[in-house]
Amino acid sequence: MLAFALTLQAQPANDPTPLRFNDRSEEVRFHDLVAELRCVMCQNQSLADSNAQIAHDLRREVLQLMRQGKSDREIKDFLVARYGEFVLYRPQVESKTWLLWFGPLLVLLAGGAVVAGVVRSRARAARAQGNAHTDSGNADDNEEW
Amino acid sequence: MNKSRWLPLAVFAALAVLLAAGVWLSRNPDREALPSPLIGKPAPAFSLPVLHEAGRLVSSEQLRGSPYLLNVWGSWCPACRDEHPVLTRFAETKRVRVIGFNWKDEHPDALRWLEQYGNPYWLVLTDYEGKVAIDWGIYGAPETFLVDARGVVRWKHVGPMSEATIRDELLPVLAEVEKTR
Repeated sequence: MLAFALTLQAQPANDPTPLRFNDRSEEVRFHDLVAELRCVMCQNQSLADSNAQIAHDLRREVLQLMRQGKSDREIKDFLVARYGEFVLYRPQVESKTWLLWFGPLLVLLAGGAVVAGVVRSRARAARAQGNAHTDSGNADDNEEW
Repeated sequence: MNKSRWLPLAVFAALAVLLAAGVWLSRNPDREALPSPLIGKPAPAFSLPVLHEAGRLVSSEQLRGSPYLLNVWGSWCPACRDEHPVLTRFAETKRVRVIGFNWKDEHPDALRWLEQYGNPYWLVLTDYEGKVAIDWGIYGAPETFLVDARGVVRWKHVGPMSEATIRDELLPVLAEVEKTR
């Protein structure tokens, strides 16, 4: 990652001007929103965590959009239109992402089915063996179980 | 009974295939380059100052009529320095207008950089605030866009272009773009 940042692309120097919030609720909403957005440069950090210049710029943009009265949905759509689905930590449910959304559930169901199958076949085997015992007239009653 | 004995092996094989697919899919060193959602869409509208002429603004409207290559750079960007000779050789062919997008730079630094290494650009636009850059989905430098005569974004490359990038990727798209002028 670092090698990529250094060799392929570079970022301009940071500007440390902190963002100023009008009130507490604006600040809370802003932090919730940027935690859900991925930094396009660093990829493994949210927009909230990243110190890349582009993250600074995008945080500023997000705050401005909030002040223009845009909803969270509209702000996310704004970024997706420019940087692609990638910026969302929670992608939309669509044909490309259904495996991402429902894959774990499918794996869980498959596991459950396997366990159920094993339990049932063991029960059947045990029952068959039990029947065998009764048929042979309690001959093996002293068998260890 | 026999069947269930093979189950752990089957699960292991399935996992191995899944992990191998992950490794295989990540073999491309360019995988961290984001695909641009702008491809095939009209380029974002802008009106930006020209680096070499104080007070002159150039808009996206004014650039229509023939294709252009928009190259994002900054004097702070070491990879742009590496790309510079490649870009210069391409610009010298005069195949298409090569426009510089000077991103989040300082005016004197940008001028000095071009003076030192040579100016391959037909025109250099400046975006010191980085507002227009967000509209273009720019997240680093260098990045390069090809825009056709009707103002539609046709191609994007993230990171420095090499001779191979130009030959194998840019030129075929450019030939296509020139046909549909």
